[in-house]
Amino acid sequence: MTRIRPILTALLLGLTAVGHAETRATGDLGLVIERADGGLKMIETSGNTVLSSIEGLGDLSHASAVFSRDERFAYIFGRDGGLTKVDMLQGKIAKRIVQSGNSIGGAISQDGRLVAVSNYEPGGVRIFDADTLESVADLPADYGDGKLSKVVGLVDAPGNRFVYSLWDAGEIRIADMSDLANPKVRKFENIGKQPYDALITPDGRYYIAGLFGEDGLALLDLWQPDQGVRRILPDYGRNDEKMPVYKMPHLEGWAMAGDRAFVPAVGRNQVLIVNSNDWSEAGRLEVSGQPVFVMARPDGRQVWINFAFPNNDRIEVFDTLTLERITTLHPGKGVLHMEFEPRGEEVWVSVRDDDQLQIYDTATLKQVKTMPARKPSGIFLTHRAHKIGL
Amino acid sequence: MLASALALSTFAIAQAEPNPERQQELRQLLLHDCGSCHGLTLKGGLGPPLLPTTLHDKPAEYLAATIRYGRPGTPMPPWGPFVSDAEAMWLAKLLKEGVQ
Ligand code: HEC
Repeated sequence: MTRIRPILTALLLGLTAVGHAETRATGDLGLVIERADGGLKMIETSGNTVLSSIEGLGDLSHASAVFSRDERFAYIFGRDGGLTKVDMLQGKIAKRIVQSGNSIGGAISQDGRLVAVSNYEPGGVRIFDADTLESVADLPADYGDGKLSKVVGLVDAPGNRFVYSLWDAGEIRIADMSDLANPKVRKFENIGKQPYDALITPDGRYYIAGLFGEDGLALLDLWQPDQGVRRILPDYGRNDEKMPVYKMPHLEGWAMAGDRAFVPAVGRNQVLIVNSNDWSEAGRLEVSGQPVFVMARPDGRQVWINFAFPNNDRIEVFDTLTLERITTLHPGKGVLHMEFEPRGEEVWVSVRDDDQLQIYDTATLKQVKTMPARKPSGIFLTHRAHKIGL
Repeated sequence: MLASALALSTFAIAQAEPNPERQQELRQLLLHDCGSCHGLTLKGGLGPPLLPTTLHDKPAEYLAATIRYGRPGTPMPPWGPFVSDAEAMWLAKLLKEGVQ
C-alpha cells in the first residue's frame, strides 16, 4: 500500500496536468476506423457520443484493433504494416511503428504482454512487446521450397498461443509463446485450399478456418491437436454454381447462439447454420446477398448480417430461435461493420458512403442516433479486451 | 460490312470517356470496393498491387479484360455486370497512370 499510494497520486496528478478534470474509466469507450483519412474516432457508449478524433495512422483499409487487458490502450493494425498504440484516456497516439510492407490483422496474447501482427507482404507473423512495441519474435510463413505465404485468421488462444492460417500454403499453425526465447511452431498441412479467414470459439477450444478455394471449413480442436485438422460442412455448395465473390467474408465475429453457430457461406446468398456439438450442418438462412459479417447479439438471440457489394446497403436481422427474418434495415450505402454494446441493447453500424455512424436499439430495431464520421469502417469497443480471440 | 460496323461501334464505345459524375463513382469503386482486396492505396493485399510501376508493361486492354471478366480460379471477380467495356478501359488507364 505504502508503495502504491505515491504512484497513484502521481498518476492522478499526471492526469489532471494534461487537462482531465475528472477521472474516467475506459469500459464504455471504443474506436471507429476512418479508413480513407487514416484517422480514428474515439466513441463512448453510455451517452452515445463521439469524444474526439485521432489522426496520422496511415492506410487503414481493412484495419482492426485489439485492447490491452486494462482497456487503457488500443493496438491498431493498418494495411500499410503500421502498428499503432493508442492511449484511450488521453485520446492520442502513444507509439507507432511500421513493421512490414503489408499487414492484415493482429491479436494480443492471453497474458497481455505480446501483440502479434499477421502480414501479407512479406508473409509471416511478427510479435511485439505490448508495452514498448519492440520486436520480440519473427515467425516466417515459409513453405515448400522457401516460398512465402500470406497469413490470415490470426487469433490468440489459451496457453499464450497464437493460431493462424497460410492462404497460399493451405496450412494452420500454432505458435506457442510461453517460452519467449524459444517459440514453438506446430504446423498442420493440407488443411484445404486458400483459407481466407478464421475464428476461435469463445471458449478458446476450436479454431476454424473458412476456405475460399474449396467448400467447407477446416476445424482444429486445440484441446486435442494430435487429432489433426478435420473438414466440416465439406459439401455445402456441391450442386450449385458459385457466384463471384466481391468481398471476402469475415469470420471474426462469428455468431454462436446456443448450440448453433452461424457462418457466412462463400459466394452464395446464404448463412450456414452449424450444430456446434458435432459440427454438422443444421440448416441455412436464405439471405439477399453474400454475407460479410454474421454477428450474434451478445445474448445470442439475434444475428445481424451485412453484405458484400452490390448489396452492401442493408442489414438483415434473424431470430435464432425461430430462424425467421425479423427485419431488413436500410442504413445506407456501404454498410461495413456492426459492433454490439457489451450487453447487446444497442448496436453501432458504420455506413461508409454516407459518412455516418448509426446506432440501433436491438429490441425496437429502430435507429436511435446518427453521427458523422469520415468513411467509417471497423468499430471496436473496449470490452473486447476480455474476450478470447478478439 | 457488318463486322466493320461492329468494330467501329466498339471502337467508338471504347473511346467514349465516362462522364464526370460516373468517373467520380468509378473512383469510389476503385478505392473502396477494389481496395478491399488491393488495398485502399492500391499497394496490394489479397490481390496484387495496382500501381503504375507494377502495371506499366501490361497492356490496358489486358487489364480491362481482367476487370470485366475476372480471373477464374483466383479471387479476382468479374466486374462486367457493373462496369462497361469503356469504363473498364478508363479504369485500366487510370491504374496505369496512377490514381492520385
Ligand atoms: C475479392 C478480391 C478482389 C477484388 C474485390 C478485386 N480484385 Fe482485382 N485481383 C484480385 C486478385 C487475387 C488478383 C490476382 C489474380 C491472379 O492471381 O492472376 C487480381 C488481379 C487484378 C488485376 C490484374 C493485375 C495484374 O497485375 O495483372 C487488375 C487490373 C485488377 N485485379 C483490378 C481490379 C479492379 C479494378 C477491381 C475493382 C473494380 C478489383 N480488381 C477488385 C482480387 C480482387
